[in-house]
Amino acid sequence: MNRRKITIDGNEAAAYVAHKVNEVIAIYPITPSSPMGELSDAWSSAGQKNIWGTVPVVVEMQSEGGAAGTVHGALQCGSMTTTFTASQGLLLMIPNMYKIAGELTPTVFHVTARSLSAQALSIFGDHSDVMAVRQTGFAMICSNSVQEVMDFALISQKATLESSIPIVHFFDGFRTSHEVMKIEELDVKDIRDMIDDKFIKLHRSKALNPDNPFIRGTAQNPDVYFQGRETVNKFYDHFPAILQNAMNSFYDITGRKYELYDYHGSPDAERIIIMMGSGCETSEETVDQLLSNPDEKIGLLKVRLFRPFDIKSFVNKIPGTVKNISVLDRTKEPGSVGEPLYLDVIAALNESMNSKNPPFAKMPVVTGGRYGLSSKEFTPAMVKAVFDEMKKEEPKNHFTVGINDDVTFTSLEYDRDFKSVSDDQFGAMFFGLGSDGTVGANKNTIKIIGEETDNYAQGYFVYDSKKSGSTTVSHLRFGKKQIRSAYLVQSPDFIGCHLFSLIENFDMLKDIKPGGTFLLNTIYSKDEIFNMLPEKVGKQIIDKKLKFYIIDAFKVASETGMGLRINTIMQTCFFAISGVLPKDEAIQHIKNSIKKTYQSKGDDVVVKNFDAVDKTLANLFEVDTIGKIPGSIKIKNPVSENAPEFVRNVLSKIIEGLGDDIKVSEMPSDGTFPTGTAQWEKRNIAHQIPVWDESICIQCGKCAMICPHACIRIKSYDEGYLKDAPATFKHMPAKGKEFGENKLYTIQVAPEDCTGCTLCFEICPVKNKQQVKLKALNMMPQLPLRKQESENWNYFLNIPEFDRTQVNTGLVKSSQLFQPLFEFSGACTGCGETPYIKLVSQLFGDRSVIANATGCSSIYGGNLPTTPWTKNNEGRGPAWSNSLFEDNAEFGLGMRISIDKQNEYAKELLIRLKNEAGESFADEILNADQSDESGIYEQRERVKILKQKFQSDSNPDAVELMSVADHLIKKSVWIIGGDGWAYDIGFGGLDHVMASGRNVNILVLDTEVYSNTGGQMSKATGLGAVAKFATSGKPNPKKDLAMMAVNYGSVYVAKVAMGANDTHTLKTFLEAESYNGPSLIIAYSHCIAHGINMEKALDHQKNAVKSGYWPLFRYDPRLIDENKNPFRLDSGAPAIKLEEYAYAQARYKMLTKSDPEHARELMILAQKDVNKRWEIYKKLSETDINENKTQGNT
Amino acid sequence: MDLTSEYMGIKLKNPLVASASPLSKSIGAAKACEDAGVSAIVCYSLFEEQLTHDAGELDHYLTTNSESYAEAITYFPEINDFNLGPAEYLEHIRKLKSALEIPVIGSLNGVSNGGWINYAKQIEQAGADAIELNIFYIPTDFKIESAEVEAMYLEIIRAIKSVVNIPVAVKISPYFSAMANMAKKIDDAGADGLVLFNRFYQPDIDLENLEVFPNLELSNQWELRLPLRWIAVLHGNIKASLAATSGIHNHFDVLKVMMVGGDVAMICSELLKNGINRASEILNDLKIWMEEKEYDSILQMHGSMDYKSVSEPAAFERANYMKILNSYKI
Repeated sequence: MNRRKITIDGNEAAAYVAHKVNEVIAIYPITPSSPMGELSDAWSSAGQKNIWGTVPVVVEMQSEGGAAGTVHGALQCGSMTTTFTASQGLLLMIPNMYKIAGELTPTVFHVTARSLSAQALSIFGDHSDVMAVRQTGFAMICSNSVQEVMDFALISQKATLESSIPIVHFFDGFRTSHEVMKIEELDVKDIRDMIDDKFIKLHRSKALNPDNPFIRGTAQNPDVYFQGRETVNKFYDHFPAILQNAMNSFYDITGRKYELYDYHGSPDAERIIIMMGSGCETSEETVDQLLSNPDEKIGLLKVRLFRPFDIKSFVNKIPGTVKNISVLDRTKEPGSVGEPLYLDVIAALNESMNSKNPPFAKMPVVTGGRYGLSSKEFTPAMVKAVFDEMKKEEPKNHFTVGINDDVTFTSLEYDRDFKSVSDDQFGAMFFGLGSDGTVGANKNTIKIIGEETDNYAQGYFVYDSKKSGSTTVSHLRFGKKQIRSAYLVQSPDFIGCHLFSLIENFDMLKDIKPGGTFLLNTIYSKDEIFNMLPEKVGKQIIDKKLKFYIIDAFKVASETGMGLRINTIMQTCFFAISGVLPKDEAIQHIKNSIKKTYQSKGDDVVVKNFDAVDKTLANLFEVDTIGKIPGSIKIKNPVSENAPEFVRNVLSKIIEGLGDDIKVSEMPSDGTFPTGTAQWEKRNIAHQIPVWDESICIQCGKCAMICPHACIRIKSYDEGYLKDAPATFKHMPAKGKEFGENKLYTIQVAPEDCTGCTLCFEICPVKNKQQVKLKALNMMPQLPLRKQESENWNYFLNIPEFDRTQVNTGLVKSSQLFQPLFEFSGACTGCGETPYIKLVSQLFGDRSVIANATGCSSIYGGNLPTTPWTKNNEGRGPAWSNSLFEDNAEFGLGMRISIDKQNEYAKELLIRLKNEAGESFADEILNADQSDESGIYEQRERVKILKQKFQSDSNPDAVELMSVADHLIKKSVWIIGGDGWAYDIGFGGLDHVMASGRNVNILVLDTEVYSNTGGQMSKATGLGAVAKFATSGKPNPKKDLAMMAVNYGSVYVAKVAMGANDTHTLKTFLEAESYNGPSLIIAYSHCIAHGINMEKALDHQKNAVKSGYWPLFRYDPRLIDENKNPFRLDSGAPAIKLEEYAYAQARYKMLTKSDPEHARELMILAQKDVNKRWEIYKKLSETDINENKTQGNT
Repeated sequence: MDLTSEYMGIKLKNPLVASASPLSKSIGAAKACEDAGVSAIVCYSLFEEQLTHDAGELDHYLTTNSESYAEAITYFPEINDFNLGPAEYLEHIRKLKSALEIPVIGSLNGVSNGGWINYAKQIEQAGADAIELNIFYIPTDFKIESAEVEAMYLEIIRAIKSVVNIPVAVKISPYFSAMANMAKKIDDAGADGLVLFNRFYQPDIDLENLEVFPNLELSNQWELRLPLRWIAVLHGNIKASLAATSGIHNHFDVLKVMMVGGDVAMICSELLKNGINRASEILNDLKIWMEEKEYDSILQMHGSMDYKSVSEPAAFERANYMKILNSYKI
């Protein structure tokens, strides 16, 4: 049978089958499994049916715990049900997994195996998560490649139905889930043929049904629980045979043969590797290469069935000649004898050797090793190192491979020059910016080559962790033979650099094959270019005799209306010069694909892309390198020489893309990192930066307050500090008493950290009277200003900060004198969240402890290499930590309780030491008023004296006091996270923390979707907005979290929108922090996931408030004691229609294009909801609480 | 009393037509217009520029941030079935046609030749009785000469006339150097009607915020003077029907249009401001006036005061101050 060849990634392969064989899909988004749920939802939304002719229901839950519960319930009522998850999400499913397995319920969970949060979070792939569920009773089946993912998804489904054992079907996160590969698609008939409906009926017959009632889920006592637990044994005993039968049936249908344990290598092997996952592909490729030496006797055993572990089948597959076995685990189990697969192999071999017919003459030497944690590269060189190690007299056990462990010396040395030899394979690498469409174009290229030729094709994409100015590296392979290289391209034939400046950031030509091709996007002509290249790059081009091509893709893009999207242009260049396909044929394929991709978005978009293709070739030039002498431009160091040692020695390597070279000894052992490091990572990503026009500035401070990256700073200072100022350093007399008498005032931009978002320009309220388009800040090209403004910036940093005790905190203009202790994050250009976080850091940062929920804010706040959290000149600053996604409120509460306890203990100790400390001095400390900056300053001074007094005191109480004395100074606990956390997964905890009465400040950065994982609906999503899992527009109104909190009566609650009213935001933050109880601030945070022009984001905020969609209010329980209404409505009645706000955003507008009628209906409902809520708020704000009290008293 | 008129070969029960405006946005309002007696309705405009913009905008915002970050390869659900063409508009035409008995005229607004032809055909297929082309072009380009602008208009008209079988009216601005000549060329290009004149959004200055903001005020009665002049001049000199739009607020305005040779008077602002029922009042007043003045039909007065029918045709040509000077001289 001739099946369709498709190029898809592992997630799509799994979801394709899962959607075909299930009726209910309950999920929660988590990287890297999210696309499986999203695809399923998209297919169901488009009416695609399963093999029984009905459209599966896809439901997004509030957490993986919730998804697992829903799966359990759906299974109990007889639906074929599945879920997709990974990492912490899988851990949250564990309780239900025991139940589902204990009740012998057929289901397949498709898991993109991912690292767990330990010393740090990692979104990348390893088996830590799946190994944590090996005890649940689920069977575990591993796929090693995209083809296997599709195949095993189906085989697993058959096996679960026929065995009643639920299955975790897992594959490597990112390496397999996101690898695009040409595979053979199973068609519906294949799937249909594999599934025997008899077992579906059996499943349904066991469902809860009042027509045939029974109970399940009883409680059992010591008398029978044990026996009950043993009842399932026979099902597990039968499982391996059932699975093998399923594999055999699959072979009959498709011709692809799988076994529970697949051996590959010499039949008389002496050394073998045993492992699971994508690493098997690399190992198989390497084994084949090493076996070209006839003296080699090696092999690979792929474990496909990990649970239940079938000893007999397993041992039967190992050649009897084997003397050495190395078991590779892609996980780490600290403190155990060995990692899980290693232990199982040892146990299996031992049992076999103790049997009547031992499989080996002598028990093989078995060693275990760890590799590939968090998607660490696993290459042929590493595979060879493992085989080489087995040759040794005493091979290393419990080793690691792929890192340099210079602490406990577990790591194997490997020869980095050993590479897989594959002459017929073409490798290409493309370096681009996220925003230029490079990855999309490459995915398209793979599709063209994979689906239009008989070549195999593979693509893998590496993204950085920054959300602004992020770079991408695409790795593409094509060839006539099946591609098993589950690692990055090592010796490319072709390198495309889609942005000139990237040649300074990456040593991209390091490994290109001699005679290879280098394509560079540049504004320079073919005559100019060689002199403009860094010396090293020029030398590499000459030494390696590269074919060198250039194009000014941005010029072509601009001329053809493509903006900054150079994807189509660079793709055309690739096909034109790589020779992978005949040029004309390739261009026709590109055009066909453009039509397919863009026709739904209108003819104009298609025509624009066609035009770009046609204009590309005329602008593509080969550079003559003969006789050329490399220029003298040097590649600059990634960080300044003035940076701290750790930044220079360790973090700079990560910045440079050399993180793999960092030794174990260089890494902190407990996940602790210094703050204040983002300042060293000068990214220079802005094309334009704001330039201050002091002649018209009114010193309102709005620009500094809104700047998402803390790149606009304000200082007021004495004239004397101007003495050595650079000639271009700007200043003006400070206006207003807030800045002190006779002071100068400067607004300075950090030119190399600015992202060019323009929010400062947009918010500036002043217009130049001569030319109204100019303001007090105007955007100008960065490059010509870089040197000058960097000097000014450095000079500015040396001017002392304004005395905190003298700042009028209540005014925006003066509040911006506070130094931001959150700066230069990797958040999106124009981010709507970071201005709020920065404000917290300014107002309270020097005494704050921050619990940060997982999400955007934990990534731009804490993803290596650097952190934006920083400290002031006194060394104080926010202490920040991220626990998990779901527990952030509780995490913060724990911090508060801990701090309060230590404060209490410090006070107790001080009372005990009153005589030694001096009674009145002790009382001053104990009764200090720390309600403002002066009070805190004075308390700090007292504590300093206290510590001096007791520093040499050996009195045990004094010694104790020394370690907790800092807690006598007021601390501010902030619990920060997004709406996904606060409204959904963390709501239970949030609710409990609000009810606790403890003094915590909860800041919800409400973007109304799961921004970090790509725009999935949350309960904060507005009615009518389109989001993933709300393709037809969210049918229900946004949850009113604020009013739920108001309901307690004891929580300070506010809704703010800085872009609409910054003074209100400032006031709210100060009030919330001053409230000695729980405070909840819900902050409108515009987001790229809204589909808006981020430069105009503040207009959206204003319209959100003006339309009444986002009313500003504060609920302050303290006002009740003053006989005042605690609910204050701070914004006016709706002045514009909701649609004026909503339809300026793609998330709302897209529904008017996909389903206009429904969009209209939803907009009517949404407007009604806004009106209704407004009336409720209005009534609340107008309530006379004294009247009620009076009535109550009578 | 015979109020009937004929516009581009379409028989109308009276000369009062609802012009392209929000009046046609809802079926209910359109039906109310019909109930109030208007004889035809021009549907609100299908803006070519809007369609192009929507397509580009949606593509931009749905893809701009995709493929940049490992956890969020995309930010929006994949929807392959966007309705970025004129389908919604066409559906509305269909609905108007099935809800109304009076003729429905589709309206196309744009600047380029590209999308028009298809859209015009589709409007015809959706059931429109005629099409009104609102050629919307502000010639701010210093390099483009007036002849090029005129040629562009004519090219669009010819192209559309070649693909549709229903009548095509052209709504133009008064800003031509040689209005009469241009009207003749449009007529020769095949236009079945001329609608005089379209009203652009004009920029205003917000002094508080120092911003330019385009807006469109409802029309005033004095705005009728300009179409009156040109209809008077054109009537009898071109084949195309003539419609006056802008400044029709009462029955007097309708009468004036008819007398200078207009075939229909298009009304909008008055109905938006004072309610759709004003149409029936105007028609009633029209009848009373005609009865009082003993007119039998609209036809009777049609063109009775056009350029060639009045005793002082120069009045349509000269500016007022010239007349005063002349009077004084006499």
